[in-house]
Amino acid sequence: MWLFDRDLWFEVFNTLGKNAFRTILTMLGVVIAMLILVLLLAGSNGMSNMFNSIFAGTASNSLFVWGQSTSEPYKGFERGRRIRYKIEDAEILKKQIPEIEVLAPRIELGNHRGVTTVYRKGRTSGSSVYGDYPEIDEITKKKLVEGRFLNRTDIEDSKKVCVIGEETYKLLFDKGEDAIGEDIRINGVFFSVVGMYKPNNNINIDGENAVFIPFTTFQKAFNSGDRMGWMAISVEPNTKVAVVEKRIKDIIKYKYDIHPDDERAIGSFNMSEIFNNINSFTSVLRFVSFFIGVTSLFAGVIAVSNILLITIKERTKELGVRRALGATPRVVRRQVLLESIVITVFAGLIGFTFAIGLLYWLNTWLGDGKEGIPLLDPMVSVPQFLWSFFFMITLSLLIGLIPAYRAVKIRPIEALREE
Amino acid sequence: MIEINDLHKSYKMGSNSLHVLKGINFKAEAGELVAIMGSSGSGKSTLLNILGMLDGANSGEYTLDGVPIKDLSETKAAQYRNKFLGFVFQSFNLINYKSALENVALPLYYQGVPRKERQEKALKYLERVGLKEWATHLPSELSGGQKQRVAIARAMAAEPKVLLADEPTGALDSTTSYEVMDLIQKINDDGNTILVVTHEEDIAHMCKRIVHLKDGVIVEDKKVKQVRAEQYV
Repeated sequence: MWLFDRDLWFEVFNTLGKNAFRTILTMLGVVIAMLILVLLLAGSNGMSNMFNSIFAGTASNSLFVWGQSTSEPYKGFERGRRIRYKIEDAEILKKQIPEIEVLAPRIELGNHRGVTTVYRKGRTSGSSVYGDYPEIDEITKKKLVEGRFLNRTDIEDSKKVCVIGEETYKLLFDKGEDAIGEDIRINGVFFSVVGMYKPNNNINIDGENAVFIPFTTFQKAFNSGDRMGWMAISVEPNTKVAVVEKRIKDIIKYKYDIHPDDERAIGSFNMSEIFNNINSFTSVLRFVSFFIGVTSLFAGVIAVSNILLITIKERTKELGVRRALGATPRVVRRQVLLESIVITVFAGLIGFTFAIGLLYWLNTWLGDGKEGIPLLDPMVSVPQFLWSFFFMITLSLLIGLIPAYRAVKIRPIEALREE
Repeated sequence: MIEINDLHKSYKMGSNSLHVLKGINFKAEAGELVAIMGSSGSGKSTLLNILGMLDGANSGEYTLDGVPIKDLSETKAAQYRNKFLGFVFQSFNLINYKSALENVALPLYYQGVPRKERQEKALKYLERVGLKEWATHLPSELSGGQKQRVAIARAMAAEPKVLLADEPTGALDSTTSYEVMDLIQKINDDGNTILVVTHEEDIAHMCKRIVHLKDGVIVEDKKVKQVRAEQYV
């Protein structure tokens, strides 16, 4: 196997090494191309990491359902009827649709997105107040900085506890004040703060100026009875959210005598659609950057081939001598081909190392993310690296054939002709 | 060793064809030292190219050491060159980025001789041309005469049947030329067959036989009393 012929390798390295300047010049194109390819790939990876971190904590296979007003008259009801869910709906839906993984009912004080005045020691904040089940945390994860989130005992015992957002804290407390265990007053009822959460760079449907109290406590404190405002639902993996969404709506429409074609009566928000959009955006981005990188790599390898072609012309005499001394066309072809590959691989490695160094520095500088730079941990994966390397070698092999055949076409008699 | 019968060679030059060799008959025994002389255009270089398997003849027979040389593929020609022939050129044609030793070892590399053996052999031949101390030097660090001696060592390293020298002294001053001829004579003394193409009378007379070429035919083929180059060195 000629690949393991030590002499051939020696010959190739000798030729390249003894012509260092020419070799370096040839390498430059591929070095830069590899640099561009790796940086672009890392950039798109970093961007998709960034998106992932924004959505971290939000189950991608989730949807939110709330009641709105009907837009069609149906079964004797006029249009404009407000749809108000009952807590029993949650059980019905869970029973009828086994694909539902988690269903967290919610009720809010006031209208949807309404604001309620929260008091504490003469201070006030206009916050959203939600009655929630602990399960909500499985769908939209809160980044707690202090204390805990609501739990089962809170629900069972209808405890008067609450979890507040950072904005609410700022409005109700002094800077540095410990909020845990303190009481806040909502509609004349006192709640003890058990936890506080912070924005965590990601999307937050509820905002940071919000107070979460146990659903059961909410019912008792504010007399909401069996009403339910909202449902946060996550579906099992491998189940299409849109399918579950449609079934939920069908059941609700049937139960509340809503016209089957009424699109406005039930409000819903399909999280997976957003994810799909973002995913397709990042894959397009990935594709574009890969395309650009590969194209520049292609250009770089062509440059190698071009310079090799020129050097073949320069080396006419040398190759002629080699032929006269007994180098068969095969041997000459093999050597030129191997020179092309060695140059490309070396240049690729240099470009890669350089790019990795640059990325390492960038990562250190970025840390956990910098304001205004939509990148997080920009790096290439091992398969990406292997693929681009494999691609590069194949390309250099194919393109190296051109100078190799040119070298073989030199007839020794012409090469040796005295000028 | 070499036998040529009725060799013809013509080149196409547009619509005309240039008849360069018009029926050459030539025979050289083993151990001969033959000078091929002729003015430019006489066909001596073409003859040497055909003898060196760098070019093919249009018609005629060429036998080298009993092997008919005919219709060779590039690969076969390269193998035969490597096995049968050693070349010495007017402009030395050393590979400029390789040391003297590496240059000498090159034909051995193409023969597939293992590296170590190659080095030893190359060094032995360098020693024979008196350049052992220059083994690691690049051609650019050698004088013209030294370069030609390296080239001769390279031609000899593969232990060819025939050494073909194309104007080996063409680029050298007379003192150096005699040094090179002295070396060639000594190699011939060891029993090697050598063909020297030259247009210099004094160089030709340092061979044992002179073949005169004119307009593509041999006009004179005579044995001469060899002038030893040693006395001029």
